[in-house]
Amino acid sequence: MTIIRKKKADAATWISIGIVALIYVAVFVAEQLLPPTHMLFTVLKKGATYALVAVSMNLLNGFTGLFSLGQAGFMLVGAYTYAILTIPVAQRPAVYQYFDGGLVQFTMPVIPALICAGLIAAIFAFLIGLPVLRLKSDYLAIATLGFAEIIRAVFQWKNIGALTNGSNLLRAFPTFEDFNIRAADGTVKLYLSTLVPFLIAGVCIGLIVLLLHSSHGRAFMAIRDDEIAAEAMGINLSRHKQMAFCTSSFFAGIGGAMLAMYTASVQAKSFTSAMTYEILLIVVIGGIGSVTGSCISSFLFVACSEWWLRFLDQKQMIGDFEVPLLRNGFRLVVFSVIIMIVVLFFRQGIMGTRELPDLFRKHPKKAKAAKGGKA
Amino acid sequence: MMEKIRMLDLENVTMQFGGVVAVDSLSMHVDNGEIVALIGPNGAGKTTAFNVITGVYTPTNGRVSFKDKVIAESYPNGKMKRMYAGAHNGEYKKLITTSPDRIAYLGVARTFQNIRLFKNMTVLENVLVAHHMRMKNNLLTSTLHLTGAEEKRVCEESIALLNLLGLGDVINENAASLPYGKQRYLEIARALATDPELLLLDEPAAGMNPQETIELSRFILKIREQFGLTILLIEHHMNLVMDISDRIYVLDFGKQIAEGTPAEIQKNPVVIAAYLGEDEEE
Repeated sequence: MTIIRKKKADAATWISIGIVALIYVAVFVAEQLLPPTHMLFTVLKKGATYALVAVSMNLLNGFTGLFSLGQAGFMLVGAYTYAILTIPVAQRPAVYQYFDGGLVQFTMPVIPALICAGLIAAIFAFLIGLPVLRLKSDYLAIATLGFAEIIRAVFQWKNIGALTNGSNLLRAFPTFEDFNIRAADGTVKLYLSTLVPFLIAGVCIGLIVLLLHSSHGRAFMAIRDDEIAAEAMGINLSRHKQMAFCTSSFFAGIGGAMLAMYTASVQAKSFTSAMTYEILLIVVIGGIGSVTGSCISSFLFVACSEWWLRFLDQKQMIGDFEVPLLRNGFRLVVFSVIIMIVVLFFRQGIMGTRELPDLFRKHPKKAKAAKGGKA
Repeated sequence: MMEKIRMLDLENVTMQFGGVVAVDSLSMHVDNGEIVALIGPNGAGKTTAFNVITGVYTPTNGRVSFKDKVIAESYPNGKMKRMYAGAHNGEYKKLITTSPDRIAYLGVARTFQNIRLFKNMTVLENVLVAHHMRMKNNLLTSTLHLTGAEEKRVCEESIALLNLLGLGDVINENAASLPYGKQRYLEIARALATDPELLLLDEPAAGMNPQETIELSRFILKIREQFGLTILLIEHHMNLVMDISDRIYVLDFGKQIAEGTPAEIQKNPVVIAAYLGEDEEE
């Protein structure tokens, strides 16, 4: 972080960077060796997407102390922006079949479209932030949740269908699969459909980490710790809250665009408040105020919900014995129990407020990791 | 001799909460280089006066100026029009408010009676936060660490400051884990890091033993010299107040009951009555 910290932390930081690099290499290698339909890749792609959104939510909830529940709304904005900008012109008449081919008649490359997705989400956040950020804690949560619901309804409004395709699907835009490098005959030469989302999420999370370790990041944390003192130290509360809100939404927008790439189609009605709660759950399980925690728990969460706990939703036979209770929806019951256990006994989550390098330091920040947190 | 500048000027400041008049027509001033103490029994309205000066509250009536610039001016308006119980109604016509962060930027720093450190941050980070408002970076340059030279300078200054305050050996400790006395010094360090001209200390010696209080008196005199500060302080430790103050204002039930040098205040019968209670039998 600073000169002093660096002297002590060098080794730990380098180990952490090494671990992250190893993970990327492992993902790359696994992708070349395992069949592309393997469940692992579903988990990794969705996990990377959720990790980015969770970290962006953590930036707001964990580091700036603004309890916002609008994440699904900003993801929706990002997903739509990305989809609208990248559908190939040739495909537009088919996609916008009820709206004469739609309004937008150009196509952008993927990366600029991703950045636009973030920017549009940030603009929405700016406008919503003007009235909403005056509110504190629960009221802010309710207001942002309300925004997410409204935006979902607005995007399905058929009068703006020329732009959003009303309540119909947006599809045919580039997805993760399009990152695979193919030979002329259509066979895949190099699989990159998992590595690229990892890279996008990695760059974005890296930027958030840099932000948190900057002067502005410290100002955000000061606001979280004590608004009155922060203001007395010359930190303009409304401006910095607005900054944090827009930055968080920028990355949530990119996360939404990544989710669109993952699902290969976009429909407003899938961005429900349940999605926000999933992200909130990831943040809480990972540890409010830990970027590493959010990343780890998003992969755990996605792995559980998509893969490891799937069996709970189906009838299972052990020999002739049918295991009771297991039927469609039981997975969610188990999830609820896990949440209750976490909230009751592991309030700090997996990481508390520690980060990856802290694990390799001889004297981790004791007071920070102490149980009870702010209490 | 330094040229006399009126650093802080309060004119008939009244602060009324509902029916309670916490500060009643307080007029006081602090000139540059002075150490002025604001004393009074508990609940006299001293901290409220601080909160008015630093922009946390907007006064109900009256005017506050810092270096001849009006930072707050108000008259009873809205619901207060009917409820107003103070004096000097109708003398002020303008509504001027300045937010606390703006006042801090102008050069007024403060500490808090109940310590308000950033508890989940390290000692060094606490001081670095105070530098934030004077840094020239924006969200983008700061995120990408493009302003490394500034960042480095600020960091070095902060460390030097912490060394000066005897906190040099704990810069990477968590602020909340410091012993109480050091937390008080850290609050002062943080206030100094905002590069103030006027420093407001709200009970800096609270919870300190006599020995520590003496050290604090010396320390306050030292930072006044070193940083060219003007200091306004609230304090209950009379030894400290009498030792270092140039002038003293005494508040009781929101009203100013006395003003003068330490020697004058010590002899003032009104002050003695306010502190010890009047003898009703006589």
